[in-house]
Order: sequence, then structure tokens, then C-alpha cells
Amino acid sequence: MIITILSVLLIVAGTVFFLGAAVGLVRFPDFYTRTHAAGKGDTLSSLLVILGYCVYQLKDFESFGESWPILLVILKLLGISIFILITSPTSTHALMDAGWEDKAEPTIQEGHPNHLNDDSGKF
Amino acid sequence: MTFEYFSIGVGLAVLIFMLPAMWRLTVGPTALDRIVAVNVIGTKTAVLLVIIGVIFGRVEMFVDFALAYALLNFTGSLAAARFLHKTKQPAVEPEKEFPTESSRTES
Repeated sequence: MIITILSVLLIVAGTVFFLGAAVGLVRFPDFYTRTHAAGKGDTLSSLLVILGYCVYQLKDFESFGESWPILLVILKLLGISIFILITSPTSTHALMDAGWEDKAEPTIQEGHPNHLNDDSGKF
Repeated sequence: MTFEYFSIGVGLAVLIFMLPAMWRLTVGPTALDRIVAVNVIGTKTAVLLVIIGVIFGRVEMFVDFALAYALLNFTGSLAAARFLHKTKQPAVEPEKEFPTESSRTES
């Protein structure tokens, strides 16, 4: 029972974070902020949902000798979550870098300098 | 049994929250916005495959699909990002930032 409650909590939290990511992807004004919202919300929500189902698999676990297939499924789910934890920020960073090299136009508040056009932001 | 219905609800919610990303994929001003939306949809499809496995009671099979899909999605979005990085680069002299072999011998 407590395993089910824990997994439901994790999955609902992941869904809520994905709602945040979707809203940010639609409503943010320029490419950098959209990538920021998509990268963070997507990574965390995927991790939470997959970890929730990973916890739920523990429900039928009895002993190591009998229920080793469940253990295998749990290991694979953990592998997916670790893989997403590594690769999703990597691809987000690669996309952000491509946009930076592409000189994607940032939305800048009135009266603030745009460092994208001068060389002070270059490294 | 209730958890299966809950899983169906979660899958429908993930599917519905994919629609804003689909909208961004359609109207996105630049190509990179579209690639970001594709990345989000691909990651969520891997999650959706795990949910489908739980609903069908065959998680041990669908987990492999999800793993393969996550791998392919990462490779695809990284390849698209590097492609745009290489081709749509602005007019910066390459010798200025990355000295090549020929420019080094000339100077």
C-alpha cells in the first residue's frame, strides 16, 4: 500500500512538472528561455515518472530467488532514468550552443544592452 | 486494477501535455525551436512506452523499447544540433577563432 502511494505521488509530481515544461515551451518569448523550460522540466518529469513506475515494480517483489525478473525490470528502468539524466541536459546544451552560434535573437528588456552583438560575451 | 486505470489517466495526461510541444513544433519561428520540441516529444514517448507496458502488463518487454527509443532520440537531436551548428554558422572568419593548419603556416 505504501509503495503504491509513493509511486502515485512520484508520477503525479512528474506529470505536474511536465505541464510546467509544456506551458513554458509555449509561453516563453525567445529561444533561450524556451530551451531552458523544455530542458529542465522535461528531464525532471521523465525522471519522476520513470522512478514512480520503478517503485511500483517493487510491489510484487518477494525474494531474490523467485522474483529476479522484477529485479531485472527495475534495473532497466533505473538504467533508462540514469540515461535520461545524462543525455537530456547534454542535448539541451548542444541545442543551446547551436542557437548561440546561430545568433538566435534574445528578448531584451528596454534599456539593457544586448551582449550577443558585441564581443564581450564571446569566449 | 485501479493502478492500471491510473496509468491510463497518466498516459492520457502526458499525451495531452504533448500538444503544446506539437504546437511549438508547427509554428516555431526558428528551426532550433522545432528541434527542442521534437526532443521533448521524444523523451516523453520513451516515458509513454513504459506506461503502455504497465497498462498491458508486459513491462519487461516495453522497457527495452523505451531504452532503445531514448537512445535513438538522443542521437537524433544531437545530430540535428551539430548539423545546424556546422551549417548555419554566421559569417565569422574561421582563422580568427580556430587557427587551421594552413593559416598557421602562412603567418
